[in-house]
Amino acid sequence: MSALVVSNLDKSFGGLRVTRAVSLRVEPGERRLIIGPNGAGKTTLFNLIAGEMRADRGSIALFGQELTRTASRRRAHMGLSRTYQIITLFPGDTLLHNVMLSLLALTGLRWNPFLRLGRQRDLMAKAEAALARVNLAHLAARPLADTSYGERRRVEIAMALAQNPRLLLLDEPFAGLSVEERRDVQKLLAAIPRDVTIVMIEHDMDVALDFAERISVMHFGEVIVEGSRAEVVADPRVKEIYLGE
Amino acid sequence: MSENGSRAVNGRAKAVALMLAAGVLAALPFWVSGVFYVNISSQILIYAVFALGLNVLVGYAGLVSLGHAGILGLAAYAAAIALAAGFGHAEAILFALAATLAGTAVFAALALRATGIGFIMITLALGQILWGLAYRWISLTSGDNGINVAARPAPFGFDLSDPNAFYYATLVVFALALAAAAVFIHSPFGASLKGTRDQPRRMNALGYHVWLIRFYACLFSGLLTGVAGILFVYYNQFISPQTLALTSSAEVLLMVISGGSGTLLGPIAGAALVVIVKNLASAYIERWNMLLGAIFVAIVVFMPEGLVPGSVRLARWALKALRPPAAGGPSQKAEAP
Repeated sequence: MSALVVSNLDKSFGGLRVTRAVSLRVEPGERRLIIGPNGAGKTTLFNLIAGEMRADRGSIALFGQELTRTASRRRAHMGLSRTYQIITLFPGDTLLHNVMLSLLALTGLRWNPFLRLGRQRDLMAKAEAALARVNLAHLAARPLADTSYGERRRVEIAMALAQNPRLLLLDEPFAGLSVEERRDVQKLLAAIPRDVTIVMIEHDMDVALDFAERISVMHFGEVIVEGSRAEVVADPRVKEIYLGE
Repeated sequence: MSENGSRAVNGRAKAVALMLAAGVLAALPFWVSGVFYVNISSQILIYAVFALGLNVLVGYAGLVSLGHAGILGLAAYAAAIALAAGFGHAEAILFALAATLAGTAVFAALALRATGIGFIMITLALGQILWGLAYRWISLTSGDNGINVAARPAPFGFDLSDPNAFYYATLVVFALALAAAAVFIHSPFGASLKGTRDQPRRMNALGYHVWLIRFYACLFSGLLTGVAGILFVYYNQFISPQTLALTSSAEVLLMVISGGSGTLLGPIAGAALVVIVKNLASAYIERWNMLLGAIFVAIVVFMPEGLVPGSVRLARWALKALRPPAAGGPSQKAEAP
């Protein structure tokens, strides 16, 4: 059973077809990279998979479970987590609280109006462990607004991993990072165990190519090439897109 | 360590302040002179409960309602109509609360189709509809004449027709409402609600049901508002369409914003400010509305975050300025993570 099967997905905004008959099959434990120039429809594809947009046609299945019509909040409960290209966190709250919100989302506790969140030791310990995983345990009590961009990226990843996803969608996890920060995030991603399947969008081929086993190249809403790293790099169509030959 | 220590000190200071405030409020009938001021204090507490209710939406859900006077009026009319129909006080109060919750549920289901400006406009329209009903459905509401409530209840033998007794009853209800609001916002559900205020899209992706969270918040807000409405109708022993007017909705919204939305004490300070200016300043100044306006402008200029958070900020700043730098400044900087 594949971790993610996307078949014949179509999405148009008015007359603009941003996703054209996209089909993908990602196996469990696989690291898949999606690359393509700006406006190729990579983030739209993520929004369709995560359910934030509804596809016009086609279907999506997560570990054999059909979820084309499933609300996006339900998909989180089915084991799908994502990070965003533009950081969307809770700036007024501490790092610990940010991660706790992520954990809380998957428990029935989130509806409880009587208990005190600050006394939920179990949840706090889990959040601290998630922060430790991205080497941010020492900043747990700091408000997010007082952290650097690179640290926020890691909080994003900590929040996604805290949910124990089966499928993790990473939307440009390296965007805007310094060389050192990139190295940190790279290490972090390499350390994620294989029971998490990862699909990653990355603009920058250099950092991302090492990470992935298979690569899908998108262009104008279509997957035009798919294959191993060597196959993709050697493909004349990829050269044409990236180098304009 | 030092952080835990300062938190404990902070907690102790808060407990002391809370007990002091409770003592001052409990002894109020003994240190204010006369029924007039006791009644004003009751009014402040009633509006404080009302503002606490609205603050659940404005401060914690990020949803601004301009129809809350309609909900307050709904509770007040429901109680008054039930009493006029011959029901007892307990039945009337329960009926009023049930009617308010049901009405709020309908309100919320309609208004939550939008957020932001859309939400404001829908709540405004719904509030106006209730005002119109109170005004025009004469067979039920007696229209412009309003409904009189013959007597206040006498729970456990305390006759609430005495202003002091009514003040104490209001104080108890107010304390319960404040405690309920405090528990609510520090709960996991409160955290969920604040999350939907700050990042609704992210909350949805994390697995939260944003709409339902907002809906429950509306119900809680409606419940507190309904409690305030019942106190209101017993205090005045009268309800008329005037109470449901748009200006009343705007007034309570100003209480929340001027006091500090999204804080527990802000709405209470805002309620006190408005009620005091309205009742006391109006005895001396004919254009008290202008005075209130000037105060609001001053708040917006000097404390845009509201009276309570603004005062805290100014107090901190003053403490820092007063304290010698060797003791306060650098060590504090080093401690702050």
